[in-house]
Amino acid sequence: MKLELRGITKRFGSLVANDGIDLVVESGQIHALLGENGAGKSTLMNVLFGLYQPDEGEILLDDVPRRFRGPGEAMAAGIGMVHQHFMLIPVFTVAENVMLGHEPTRAGGVLDLPAARRLVREISERFGFDLDPDARVEDLPVGVQQRVEIVKALSRDARVLVLDEPTAVLTPQETDELMETMRRLAGSGTSIVFITHKLREVKAVADTITVIRLGRVVGEAPPTASTAELATMMVGRDVELTVHKDPPRLGAEAFVVDGLTLFGAGGVRLLDDLSFSVRGGEVLAVAGVQGNGQTELAEVIVGLRSKASGSIRLDGEELLGRSVRHVLAAGVGFVPEDRKADGLVAEFSLAENIMLDRSYGPPFAHWYGIDFRARDAVAERAVEDFDIRTQGIGAPVGRLSGGNQQKVVIARELERDLKLLLASQPTRGVDVGSIEFIHERIVEVRDSGVPVLIISTELDEVMALADRIAVMYRGAIIDIVPADTPRERLGQLMAGVVA
Amino acid sequence: MVDLEDERRRVDWREVMHRIAAGGPLRTILAMALALVIGILFIVFANADVQRTLGYFFAQPGDFFAAAGKAIADAGTALFNGSIYNTKAKDPVAGFRPLTETLRFSGPLIAAGLGVALTFRAGLFNIGGQGQMLMAAAWSSFAASQIHLPYGIHLIVAMLFGFAGAALWGWIAGFLKAKTGAHEVIVTIMLNYIALSIVTYLMRTPILHDMSKGNNPQTLPPDATAVFPKILGDDYQLRLSFILCILAVVVYWWLMRRSALGFRLRMVGLNPDAARAAGINVERTWIIAMVVSALFLGLAGLNQAIARDGNFNQHVDEGIGFDGITVALLGNSSPIGVMFAGMLFGAFKAASPAMQSADVSPDILGILQALIVLFIATPPLIRAIFRLPEPREITDVGTRRKPQLEQGSAS
Amino acid sequence: MTAPATAPSSSLGGQLAAPRSWRVPIVLAVVAVLSLIWFVVFGKDDPTRFTWSDPGDVLYLDPTPANPRVLGIVLGVLSLAAAAASFRWAWRRRPVPVWLSLIVGIAFLVSLVAWVGAGGQITVESLLTSTVSLSTAIVLGALAGVIGERVGVVNIAIEAQLLGGAFTAAVVATTTHSYELALVAAMITGAAISAVLAWFAITFLVDQVVVGVVLIALVTAITNFFYQQVLADNSAQFNDPGTLPRLAIPGLADIPVIGPVLFDQRLTVYLMFLLVPFVWFMLYKTRWGLRVRALGEHPLAADTVGIKVNRSRFWTVTLAGLIAGLGGASLTIGYAGAFVQEMSAGKGFIALAAVILGRWNPWYAALAALLFGFATSFRIWAGGAGAAIPSDLIAMTPYLVTIIAVALVAGRVVAPKASGKPYIKS
Repeated sequence: MKLELRGITKRFGSLVANDGIDLVVESGQIHALLGENGAGKSTLMNVLFGLYQPDEGEILLDDVPRRFRGPGEAMAAGIGMVHQHFMLIPVFTVAENVMLGHEPTRAGGVLDLPAARRLVREISERFGFDLDPDARVEDLPVGVQQRVEIVKALSRDARVLVLDEPTAVLTPQETDELMETMRRLAGSGTSIVFITHKLREVKAVADTITVIRLGRVVGEAPPTASTAELATMMVGRDVELTVHKDPPRLGAEAFVVDGLTLFGAGGVRLLDDLSFSVRGGEVLAVAGVQGNGQTELAEVIVGLRSKASGSIRLDGEELLGRSVRHVLAAGVGFVPEDRKADGLVAEFSLAENIMLDRSYGPPFAHWYGIDFRARDAVAERAVEDFDIRTQGIGAPVGRLSGGNQQKVVIARELERDLKLLLASQPTRGVDVGSIEFIHERIVEVRDSGVPVLIISTELDEVMALADRIAVMYRGAIIDIVPADTPRERLGQLMAGVVA
Repeated sequence: MVDLEDERRRVDWREVMHRIAAGGPLRTILAMALALVIGILFIVFANADVQRTLGYFFAQPGDFFAAAGKAIADAGTALFNGSIYNTKAKDPVAGFRPLTETLRFSGPLIAAGLGVALTFRAGLFNIGGQGQMLMAAAWSSFAASQIHLPYGIHLIVAMLFGFAGAALWGWIAGFLKAKTGAHEVIVTIMLNYIALSIVTYLMRTPILHDMSKGNNPQTLPPDATAVFPKILGDDYQLRLSFILCILAVVVYWWLMRRSALGFRLRMVGLNPDAARAAGINVERTWIIAMVVSALFLGLAGLNQAIARDGNFNQHVDEGIGFDGITVALLGNSSPIGVMFAGMLFGAFKAASPAMQSADVSPDILGILQALIVLFIATPPLIRAIFRLPEPREITDVGTRRKPQLEQGSAS
Repeated sequence: MTAPATAPSSSLGGQLAAPRSWRVPIVLAVVAVLSLIWFVVFGKDDPTRFTWSDPGDVLYLDPTPANPRVLGIVLGVLSLAAAAASFRWAWRRRPVPVWLSLIVGIAFLVSLVAWVGAGGQITVESLLTSTVSLSTAIVLGALAGVIGERVGVVNIAIEAQLLGGAFTAAVVATTTHSYELALVAAMITGAAISAVLAWFAITFLVDQVVVGVVLIALVTAITNFFYQQVLADNSAQFNDPGTLPRLAIPGLADIPVIGPVLFDQRLTVYLMFLLVPFVWFMLYKTRWGLRVRALGEHPLAADTVGIKVNRSRFWTVTLAGLIAGLGGASLTIGYAGAFVQEMSAGKGFIALAAVILGRWNPWYAALAALLFGFATSFRIWAGGAGAAIPSDLIAMTPYLVTIIAVALVAGRVVAPKASGKPYIKS
């Protein structure tokens, strides 16, 4: 089926998420929609899927204008979507998930489970998926859950399939398998919209590439376009994430992790015998595909998870098993990977967020209450030093842009006397200008002799900041390599190839 | 330049108008007005005279309106005479008695409202006021009647007993929530029934009961040394306990707006994950919130138990633990708001006898109370009815928006 | 598939066998041991008699004499065996079946009844019939609660729906002399209150617990107001409905014990018997039920397959209110024969506890509700039998059981995930 979007505009308040976007996807084609985080890709697809109503523009299927008031209508028209966050009900079985919304029934609305099972088997056999219709979805690995999503869409005769950041949660092998599936689907006449911000995947699988930036289409490119070309289009200028930094002046081995092991629910080994150390004045960056234990590593270090074995020592003091409060007081600056969920209280003012992790004792908390003057002074200084764009330190931090919110978090952590900076995804969802700024601040911390541990799934960021790179794969550190290791080698390590 | 300046002022002015129209005070007043209108309808159509005139409404509509007007006026007069100033009183001393009664009734409502409000701010819901009040009442009653101490000390000891009983009851709920994840709403409801059973049982045993006085649950009368003294002389029932309730408002204000503990309570209420990452022990904070909340409710319990000369039975809480929820909601969990909400509902309570004698069921005030809170809790409804503008910043608790479809980022 | 019983593997990201959950077996064992101590070590030897029928019954069964201590030994050992069996289940990493817990629970209750009734007689039939009567409103309320939470709305206002239903049933039955109309009116009242709850919670995004509490206050005040202003002085005119007739099912009603309990009841009770399996069937076997459960677990996912989240939630909660309203009718025309102020007396809250105790399942919730009814019935009987434990303290055991159960259950993920959370769409 041919899909065409004409002049789609979608606004959220004053924010224009999509600005007059045109897109044509030919039948049986894999069309990649490439753009940075926050470029408006997902919004566009939610418009297509009827989850959002466009403010302007129209959608055409096989040259017929269509209007979808809800996902039900979009699906009926032949559009299927595999969401980045799976739209599966964890406690339901595969068959129940697939049939939900278009259930085969017997008389009186009684579910016809055998028919649903048959449907699941039929479709999965067609694409070589090995799906058990009676397995509970929550018991399945992520890659298999994604197949359930694909089967779900195909069971409704989807002829346009939208895949929203499908590889974010996949291992390299699973990614390869997914691409194989995409080719097979396209071969059978399904049109595929592949949303991603990963250049290499686009080049590997797409027939056509449309790049969008800041809600606008900036151009189309064939898959033969070079990575550099695509990146330039995507970011709007040459991707030069290399931060200027001097060679490190290494201090003592300040932060030492030894034999760190963590078991999750169900006995899964989330962290597997990790050992590494960071010296003063050095940036150690942990690279890896998302979901290989990086989140858990940060949580264990900072004390959010306590049931780990091994040891974590900072300047000789054991941190493992201590409370978060103790770890922070010991001089660990912590930038959590999801600032909205873990780093900020959106309803609190900027000033209140500045004292978020210092509510016990001086300089802000006293027996008579909080010293507002001291707190506000620090907040004012942070606004100035970090160039935070805000109406004032009394404004709720939830109103700031993502980049400015992240600056608040970083400013708060750098404000303390640090003995270690632990930053997870320090620039996720942050505009390019702020990225550069944040990177410079991190390098400043390093140059002041503090050990810095960066955890990032963005290879560019890792390569820009690191003095050494540790690669994580399935809960283990598979190797620690110098910063000038070629990209290809890092990619192999991230895929678990040691030799 | 001048034009620009002028323009900006105009924008600011519009902004101010917008704030007034969309914001709190006007909305509160409109919610009350709407509730009042519905309440009046109840009064009018439940009135026997009005019903009679309705029978021949089309023949003589005047009679209907006269009867309706009289019903409204009677109810209004009774409300005023019962809660503010009794115009029929012989002397001013008696005339002002209703006002002191309003204050007397508002004391425990304010204390209970503060307790519930505190848990709202901490992201919890303490629906166990009844149990906490009963525990405070029973423990303080024990100290007041079974321990004998001199003036001053005895009252303090009785209060400490009451606070301890309430705190224990709050702690159980907080502890279970923190250690097992049991939902505090269901636990506190169950604890209400358990407290009622235990206290009723104790009121039949020598621990709290004079066994020569039959088998009906009843406490011993407290020693005079353990009772809150009257503060306006013997003509008025207003006691020292009321001052403590006003003091509690100040304590609550300091706790929530000034103290680091209150900062942490609010942080945990708004975003427990961020609080955890900022080094705050969320579970312990829940326990603290429940205990401190129970202390406020304990104060309400003390108001009921030892701010009187006589003894009492297992219904001494008078449903104030539940009323505290409506007080906290009406007061938007702010100290001043809770105080005025408590006084309003205290006035309703004080007016009950006068309403009764004016032949209007005082339950109309309960209807009014529930309606006010219902309308207050639903800003969009009031805005829709009165065609008020949308507030530009969505900060109401009920409408806190989290983008569900905006994709986070990944790599 | 055999689960490996030993040792973690040392391979990268190796899978360990899931940890065993000992919670349920330990609780069962503790109950079994406690009952052995209580009913055997501190047991009584005065014989008791279980009477099964009244002297005038068609089929008369002789009373069964029993020694409470001997009974305690037998049942205690049975409980121990059940506990031991549950350990086997836990060892094999399988969930302990509910019937094992039921055996232990019922054995405990029977021992308790025998212990209290030592030296006298135990009228099994009246104990059970009053259990059913006292449970009806709770069971129906709990069913409404289960449906509500399954679709994602916490219906804390069951109390209000019971009270409202009880009031309209009494008034409509008295004024129209039609019990059928009264039942319909009560159900509509329940549905209307549910609809208000759903409307405020879904459209205005008010916290569901808050609306529920305020609605309880509102309905209590309104019924009190009309009771005082209208019913109290004109009870013959407005509040004298009497009760629904007993409908004995010929033949079956004459079976000892089972007959009077199951087959000689009022319409409200029969409806309860039918509604429990009906609600279960609807929730688990029909398209409607699949969608309801999806909405309570992951509304956004339901939305993406074209299910109208808020509309479905609204109507589901409203329909559930019909059942709670029927529960209200069972209080007046199904039991008391007149409306009394605040006669729901916390039954709605207890129904809420039954929902959680029954793990959001209609069958288990009904069982939990019956347990609460039994506790009340037992208290009344034990008070009459001159029990050694004060009836005030017996009264609190179901609440204590609920707290313990909630504390034990809470750690496990069984509640509908999106229950109580509003669904906001851009």
